[in-house]
Amino acid sequence: MALQSLDIARRSATTTPAPGARQTTEVAKLIDVSTCIGCKACQVACMEWNDLRDEVGNCVGVYDNPADLTDKTWTVMRFAEVEQGGRLEWLIRKDGCMHCADPGCLKACPAPGAIIQYANGIVDFHQENCIGCGYCVTGCPFNIPRISKEDSKAYKCSLCSDRVAVGQAPACVKTCPTGAIMFGSKEQMKEHADKRIRDLKSRGFANAGLYDPQGVGGTHVMYVLHHVDKPQLYSDLPKDPAISPLVSLWKGMAKPLASLALGAVALGSLFHYVMKGPNEVSKESEREAEKEESQ
Amino acid sequence: MQVTRRQFFKICSAGLGGSSIAMLGYSPTAALAEVRAFKLAKATETRNMCPYCSVSCGVLIYSTGDKSKNSKADIFHIEGDPDNPVSRGTLCPKGAGLLDMVKSPNRLKYPEVREPGSNEWKRISWDEAIERIAKHMKADRDANFVEKNDAGVTVNRWPTFGFLASSAAGNEAGYLGKKVLRGLGVIGIDTQARI
Amino acid sequence: MTNHWVDIKNADLVLVMGGNAAEAHPCGFKWAIEAKKDRKAKLVTVDPRFTRSAAVSDYYAPLRAGSDIAFLGGVIHYLLANDKIHHDYVKHYSNAAFLINPGFKFEDGLFSGYNAEKRNYDKATWSYQLDKDGFAMVDESLQDPNCVFQLLKKHYSRYTPELVNKVTGTPKEQFLKVCEYIADTAAPDKTMTILYALGWTQHSKGSQNIRTMAIIQTLLGNMGMAGGGINALRGHANVQGITDMCTFGANLPGYLTCPTDADPDRKTYLEKRTPKPLRPGQMNFPQNYPKWFTSLCKAWYGNAATKENDFCYDWLPKLAGAQDTLAMFDRMHQGKMNGFVCQGFNPLASVSNKKKVGDALAKLKYLVVIDPLVTDTSEFWKPHGEFNEADPAKIATEVFRLPSTLFAEQTGSYTNSGRVIQWHWKAADGPGESRDDIDIVAGLFLKLKAMYAKDGGKFPDAIMGLTWAYRQPARPSPEELLQEISGKALGDVFDPKDATKVIVPAGQQIAGFAQLRDDGSTSCGNWIYGGCWSQAGNLTARRDNSDPSGLGQTLNWGFAWPANRRIIYNRASCDLSGKPWDPKRAVLRWTGTAWGGNDIPDMRPDAAPDQNVMPFIMTPEGVARLFAPGMAEGPFPEHYEPFETPLEKNPFSPNNPKTLSNPAARVYKADMEVFGKAKDFPYVCTTYRLVEHYHFWTKHSKLNAITQPEQFVEIGEELAKEKGIANGDKVKVRSNRGFIKAVAVVTKRIPTLMIDGRKTHTVGIPIHWGFKGLTKPGFITNTLTPYVGDANSQTPEYKAFLVNIEKA
Repeated sequence: MALQSLDIARRSATTTPAPGARQTTEVAKLIDVSTCIGCKACQVACMEWNDLRDEVGNCVGVYDNPADLTDKTWTVMRFAEVEQGGRLEWLIRKDGCMHCADPGCLKACPAPGAIIQYANGIVDFHQENCIGCGYCVTGCPFNIPRISKEDSKAYKCSLCSDRVAVGQAPACVKTCPTGAIMFGSKEQMKEHADKRIRDLKSRGFANAGLYDPQGVGGTHVMYVLHHVDKPQLYSDLPKDPAISPLVSLWKGMAKPLASLALGAVALGSLFHYVMKGPNEVSKESEREAEKEESQ
Repeated sequence: MQVTRRQFFKICSAGLGGSSIAMLGYSPTAALAEVRAFKLAKATETRNMCPYCSVSCGVLIYSTGDKSKNSKADIFHIEGDPDNPVSRGTLCPKGAGLLDMVKSPNRLKYPEVREPGSNEWKRISWDEAIERIAKHMKADRDANFVEKNDAGVTVNRWPTFGFLASSAAGNEAGYLGKKVLRGLGVIGIDTQARI
Repeated sequence: MTNHWVDIKNADLVLVMGGNAAEAHPCGFKWAIEAKKDRKAKLVTVDPRFTRSAAVSDYYAPLRAGSDIAFLGGVIHYLLANDKIHHDYVKHYSNAAFLINPGFKFEDGLFSGYNAEKRNYDKATWSYQLDKDGFAMVDESLQDPNCVFQLLKKHYSRYTPELVNKVTGTPKEQFLKVCEYIADTAAPDKTMTILYALGWTQHSKGSQNIRTMAIIQTLLGNMGMAGGGINALRGHANVQGITDMCTFGANLPGYLTCPTDADPDRKTYLEKRTPKPLRPGQMNFPQNYPKWFTSLCKAWYGNAATKENDFCYDWLPKLAGAQDTLAMFDRMHQGKMNGFVCQGFNPLASVSNKKKVGDALAKLKYLVVIDPLVTDTSEFWKPHGEFNEADPAKIATEVFRLPSTLFAEQTGSYTNSGRVIQWHWKAADGPGESRDDIDIVAGLFLKLKAMYAKDGGKFPDAIMGLTWAYRQPARPSPEELLQEISGKALGDVFDPKDATKVIVPAGQQIAGFAQLRDDGSTSCGNWIYGGCWSQAGNLTARRDNSDPSGLGQTLNWGFAWPANRRIIYNRASCDLSGKPWDPKRAVLRWTGTAWGGNDIPDMRPDAAPDQNVMPFIMTPEGVARLFAPGMAEGPFPEHYEPFETPLEKNPFSPNNPKTLSNPAARVYKADMEVFGKAKDFPYVCTTYRLVEHYHFWTKHSKLNAITQPEQFVEIGEELAKEKGIANGDKVKVRSNRGFIKAVAVVTKRIPTLMIDGRKTHTVGIPIHWGFKGLTKPGFITNTLTPYVGDANSQTPEYKAFLVNIEKA
């Protein structure tokens, strides 16, 4: 059946429990980096399907274009030239939302219903509910969501939830010329990954493996990597991603504290939001926080 | 894990924002989550082929309307044709972007001429364009056509005119062009096959 | 392609060389990946750059641009020296055993018969020894010093790994590793497929690059096999179809050749083109040439073409000299052309030496551009800053721009690289007043015809007599045209074995080219497409993609020429007795009474194996040619340097200054003068495509402009360091013909090679930019490229020339 509102597993800033009687299959997208030629068909198909057109940028000395994710670019190819054992490898990774089982963005999001996790695993942003606070950015261990300068809403890959809802594969998957991107149930994708990993091992990639990081409960976008022991080689794919301590703290300790003891501040905070708009304070404090974290 | 003062402030305000908004009436009922409507549901689907490289991938072109008399078909999405045994629904970045080729602002829409020495284009009608070009061609052909060579062999050629034929045109257009050119006695013909 | 896209999945080894399939043909390249995934095939890439194909390869070896024959000649040497050939195949299916004229010589880089003044060869000695019946003589022991096999061995004995390394720069161990991969496929049940493209054709010896690989594939027994063949990955979606229609000066549809002044009448013309078999009992299929030619004359001149008037033979123009793009623009540059039409073609951007092309266009009286888009060519007269410096006041060319439609707005057929003709359907009208190419050509022709009818003029006969029985004369339908191309019976066609039996009644579409006749009873616009629209209807529109053999043949999808055959030379996939060399990938077998299997046999269906009809039916000898006398620069490929080379001597013939570069290539004097020298232009330059763009077309598509927005030049880290160029800097690249400026991409993917003891750097330049488009405006890359072509095909040498580079 189609995935409509009822198939929601989790909803940001919402205490109402999600309905759980229906069982839908968990889906996953598998990106086999070892057969990816970095052609950007996925980027183009993504923009075309989702009616997005980013700026025509510049060449900055690399093949990466657009140079980074934006509100209008939900996936980019990241190109890395690395030498491994005297042999040049051009590691090209399709970057975009990982659709975590335990989504930091959703946990961090204060706007009810702005971030939804469907029962099939897709984590989707609903811009009409987004207040543009940017906490999803902090919450994301993969640095994926981007806030639009035009409408102050957060955007990212939806895993083509509209296509998946009618039984189709995401646009990037369908278009992929070499079949480096596959889509199916998470179980099928793990099986396919196994086969690919065995093939890679037979070709001398002893550390080939599946990237399905457990720090975020596993993901619904997984990678087959030739060097799963060194994900950083692939344009800094995090080795052990986990939800930012800020979000964990809020969930574990600060939430009850905040709810019970700081009610007055809560009201003030809401007024602040209503009066001043969402962006200024949060962005600034976020940058500060990031800086402090990285120290 | 260390939490700085600023982080603590942020954690609290983030949490508060969330729970407060929910508690104060911005309830989930006002925040339904439906996926974006599937935009191809009733679109007209036409089978065609990508014109770029010689893999000649199958494409499905989606246009508005149902071919009824009063609706003008407008192409709004193109994706791969899964039936095509070679491409099996895939398209490279060029093929995946075909919509923007069809819709390019740089498409030509009407005949134009740039007169000798002029600095600009001038829009003209098809009739005028065909008439003026044909006049040029006839004058050129009548002045330079060679019926016999020096040895008296019939050669019937027009050596002062050339034609570069498109490899993006269909077989039918290519064949007709070739037939017409030979009919006129043209020998200067080439195509991208060589380039 | 002798094989087809899906068949790549049947290979044991996929070699990508002379092309970059991942980048230029990504969706076809999937079948290379499938071969890896499902057959455990190996993928090997040899290229001057570490390309996107290399990124997913099992093995990569670099080589210097323009040194492919040295590399492949070295492979031939390796295969012969290590006895890694398919013996039975070579002995029976190639001309290895054929005896060559004892006068044939090769010395100092030149074959016998060279004329230095004319830069061509008298090929008299490049011939077989014939017996009294006119058949070629053979030595089946392959020991005669004049047999092809021994001559081949001798010729390539000079291509040692050491010399290969000196010329190509490929490290010796890497070269040998590639040789090992290739040699493994000499086993009868192993195949290599070669995927090449313009990386081999765009050289002054492009055709010989491919010939060298044809020799290798023949030695390995890989022709005609599933997962084998010689696979040219071609350009546009219908470049194969347009090539088949032969929109070239020198040909008529179906690769028939244009008459010349030396063919004063039909009889002479046909005699020269209808060969006699060179071995007894061979099919010698070109013996049917008169049927194909006569049927074409009937398609074009209809009832006017009769036996009595030689089927209007004189109406066909006779060729006068070369008519390729370079030759035409040279004539234009000399002021010898008045009018020119560019249909879906942007020569200012796509032909070498942009300045010469622009100057040539300015000498025309009239230029007509038929295109869906605003091309750079259409505005050659217009100043666009430093990207196009032009003074309109001084340019007297009258330029017309006619809007044509795009694929989505047309119905008709395209022929893919695997020779499969496929029908497509129109989805919407084109914008504004745009018109189909067919309608534009018809409109122009009918206007001219009316003018000739009214006012008369030179030789109106062929104009007035050209068949035009289209139901809407100004808008011939694609359906009518494909029927005309496919052919029909004008009168009853009789069975050659039984003159009373009608096999095609008058008025019906023919079922295939075997039904064509030379007596005027059939018409066919292109014999190789014969039967694509048979009495059963439009076979190119078939959409049954079932694949019972699992080989990917899909015989009921579209229609492949010739005769719906998917793998050419497929008889060679079986041994002499008719058993498949590899039963697991059987394309064909002798069933005891006929040839049958998973393809249309490339053989007379009832030719029993003991009749010894050999598989290469398009040659009069019936076998593949290791020794090919038709080539301009020699029957065996020999390494010559590009016309702009970092070397002063050709290491394969160091004592002969005539053989530094291809001695048989055509070079115009003025172009010879602007070849640069290594002292001024020390770096090897090569130009190429990127996956994000299609030539000069997608710069008008925003989605593609976003993914690759601005012109750049790629250099290796070592050269960047020497020149003080940092990643992202603006650089200026000069050749002896002009300069361009672009952003520098400094990369590990462009290796520095040791050539003849000297460090040699490569500069790589993608071609896609220009002054019109949605991308950032850029220079025309072909400002830099030299104006010289391959000696056989006249494809310009875009892939190897010399430049200098500096920070802009």
